[in-house]
Amino acid sequence: MGLGVQPVGVVPAVTADTPAGAAPARPESTGGDRVIGHGGPARFLALQWLASPQPYLMLIGYALFLGSWYLSVEVLKLPRFAEMPGLTTVLREWVSTDPTYGLSIHTPIYYQHILVSLRRIAIAFVLATALGVPTGLLLGWSRRFRDYVFPIFEALRPIPILAWVPLAIIMFKGSETPVVFLTTLASFFATALNTMLGVRAIDRTHVLAAECLGASPWQVFRHVVVPAALPYIFTGLEISIGVAWFSLVAAEMVSGQFGLGYVINTSYTTVEYPNIVIGMLTLGVVGYATSAAVRLAGNRLMAWRKRDLALVGGG
Amino acid sequence: MTAPSPARGAICIRDAVKIHGTDSAGVAAVESCSFDVAAGEICMIVGPSGCGKTTLLNAIAGFHGLEGGSIHLDGRLLCGPGQPKAPIGPDRIVVFQNGALFPWKTNLENVAFGPIVQGRLGRKAALEKARGLMAEAGLRGCEDNYPGETSSGVRRRVEIVRALMNEPVVLLLDEPYRALDSLTKSVMHEALLDMYYRNRVTIIFITHDLEEAIFLGHRVVIMTSRPCRPKKLLEVDIPHPRDYAVVTSRRYRELVHETAEAVHEEALKAFDLGEREAAEGGRFAA
Amino acid sequence: MTDVSLSSQAAAARFFWVPKGVFTEGGRRALIAYLVVLIVWQLGSTSEDWLGTKLPVLGNVPSPASVIRVWAALIHDPSYWMSWAMSMLRVLEGFSAAVLLGVPFGLLMATNPVARGICLPVFELLRPIPPLAWVPAAIIFWPTQELSIASVIFLGAFYTMVINVVGGARALDARFVQVAGSMGGSRWNIFRRIVLPAVLPSIFVGMEVGIGITWEVVVAAEMISGGGGGRAGGGLGFFIWNSYVGGSYPQIIVGMISIGIAGSLSSAAIRALEPVCAPWLKAR
Repeated sequence: MGLGVQPVGVVPAVTADTPAGAAPARPESTGGDRVIGHGGPARFLALQWLASPQPYLMLIGYALFLGSWYLSVEVLKLPRFAEMPGLTTVLREWVSTDPTYGLSIHTPIYYQHILVSLRRIAIAFVLATALGVPTGLLLGWSRRFRDYVFPIFEALRPIPILAWVPLAIIMFKGSETPVVFLTTLASFFATALNTMLGVRAIDRTHVLAAECLGASPWQVFRHVVVPAALPYIFTGLEISIGVAWFSLVAAEMVSGQFGLGYVINTSYTTVEYPNIVIGMLTLGVVGYATSAAVRLAGNRLMAWRKRDLALVGGG
Repeated sequence: MTAPSPARGAICIRDAVKIHGTDSAGVAAVESCSFDVAAGEICMIVGPSGCGKTTLLNAIAGFHGLEGGSIHLDGRLLCGPGQPKAPIGPDRIVVFQNGALFPWKTNLENVAFGPIVQGRLGRKAALEKARGLMAEAGLRGCEDNYPGETSSGVRRRVEIVRALMNEPVVLLLDEPYRALDSLTKSVMHEALLDMYYRNRVTIIFITHDLEEAIFLGHRVVIMTSRPCRPKKLLEVDIPHPRDYAVVTSRRYRELVHETAEAVHEEALKAFDLGEREAAEGGRFAA
Repeated sequence: MTDVSLSSQAAAARFFWVPKGVFTEGGRRALIAYLVVLIVWQLGSTSEDWLGTKLPVLGNVPSPASVIRVWAALIHDPSYWMSWAMSMLRVLEGFSAAVLLGVPFGLLMATNPVARGICLPVFELLRPIPPLAWVPAAIIFWPTQELSIASVIFLGAFYTMVINVVGGARALDARFVQVAGSMGGSRWNIFRRIVLPAVLPSIFVGMEVGIGITWEVVVAAEMISGGGGGRAGGGLGFFIWNSYVGGSYPQIIVGMISIGIAGSLSSAAIRALEPVCAPWLKAR
């Protein structure tokens, strides 16, 4: 319950229909093949993608979406959309050097808001990971630890993060700490839970094999449990960063100064509507960037997964 | 591989009993099972699926204990009265059915794993030795690949080399070639024999394939269906070293002929047992 | 990451700690854990009294004794149960709408590559924006407050449903479809008898995750929008916020626990539904 298990999502549309990727490494040979020629598999994939209907459908989708927004607000001037900021208004504001409502890519305060939010996310994410991964590993591996700790964990997890806001304000002094606390809490649950699942999902034969080969329990933990759980841990981290943004925005909207959530909320109360959309779009971009960063880090740490024959050309 | 070590690895199983589950609802997987494995020989255990042969193997490896009876290794008690469960250790290494190479380590790192964690060799020395062993086994070229990038046949061989790297007293193979096609399997058999001839480790090999058993083994133990106990013992008197031409020899065919009926009888019993259990237990039995 | 994320979602969503009884070892340990937490909580929250100084974080928290006292009184208060009813109603409405629209839409996207090619990129573009960020835009757009809240609630769960359904359908083993086709199944039949049942687990995972998001948004919306007359306002989120503003701190905790219970109940309800709709999954 709660936000612990927000879906990471499906393979993004760009590659969803690409035919099974580059030729897998031929077995028994030395590593990669030079089957594709200069540029390698990446260029090959890119060309294939361009030749498929994917990019054009994508353009149609964006066009429909942006087009309907533009039409309904600025051209047709539909009554329901009377007060909504139009597409051109928002875009013009965003890139202007002297924005009417004070927020654009040329104003320093814009970046201040972004940095404040990013800083809070960074602190919360690092804290949540540092606490959540070990907790999750222990929860998964030690029956005793699980028996004592999991009941409390599961009792607290269903409580929506925002329900903690008043308590957080009471508990902590100042306006910054509660916000970071809430974000950390949400991320912590997601990380710990997914890590625990990762440990429980480990193939027991790997553990037995390591023991047969003479590994002590600590060595088993280090050489088998942690690497085997790593994919799940990273899924948890991707979920956790999404959850962190969710909670941060909510917390910023309710309390706190500065930050993208704060921008969105106050732009509404001060009737600076284009800024709402600017805030939302910025949130989207920054949120995506952080998720991508986590995903990239995961891919680097788990190079062996990318090269797995079973995954290439499959899902 | 170094010179063949002195013959060791004699296993003595006496009246082994293993019951899965709690007493009243327990199912005996192994009952009154007694047989011997001589040091340095290849002993094949043949039986239908689910008969309990893996359970026996797991008891020797120490993955679980016995409810009754005993197992001795070279005269030393492994498990039995006073010590219900054998310790898990690199003297009895298992090669698993579905493969247990660590996907996050390269083949080379997998092979070198044992000595490194046991502290017997430093990392560099272990990797070097592993490289040598893999070359000897004809696996040169795939050392730096991950198991996921290599074919299943190669993976099986790497796993066996990983085990042999630790100079185990007994090598326990649990249907290692079950998932391979028969063409690959024949190559695997010769590769296994090749490795065996180099160091004469005692091998206990579980299979459901009678022909594989007779080709590889010095002795074939045919198990009954669950609960398993030896139904028939066969001494394969075809001389080692063997190669694949043996399969066409008359003596081989005779041995198969002698034992096929016994095996088939047990297979039918196991099938019936399986059907009955599915009907009783499952809501969606086939 | 599709394979890991979907299966771990499924396992996570199903992870419901059920106390197996006080007399098992696990049950005993859980009891000890609860007692320790309660004792630490009680001591920390009343630290000003017996220690002289207030402990930094815990000292500000209302004590469990006061929480229990207040809750006992609230049970007789009809407005407390009204809050329950209002929140649950909102959750039910928003969630059902999201499921009823999200599942077909997700299936459409999964089975029709053209629809997918057009819609999914836009989806992915908007996905990083948290549902709550849509609240001001929704308030501007919709005439009533209740509608704006409902639309945001809908949005959050809708997204989840669609993504899970698409993921589940894409993961369908192509061979099932091939077998059905070779046995002469029409497209509709294949859809109805093969695709739909195979996607059912993902639908349930989506539901279990989606209900969590729904509760988050409902509570947030109730807290932000405050109490209004009639339909708008009220609910457990508002109850918590009001308690904070009004200075009755133990009530905050009562509200938090109440929401936690309500959320767990709804998750359990969905989990109970699954064996009814997809009995073959029980064998897993």
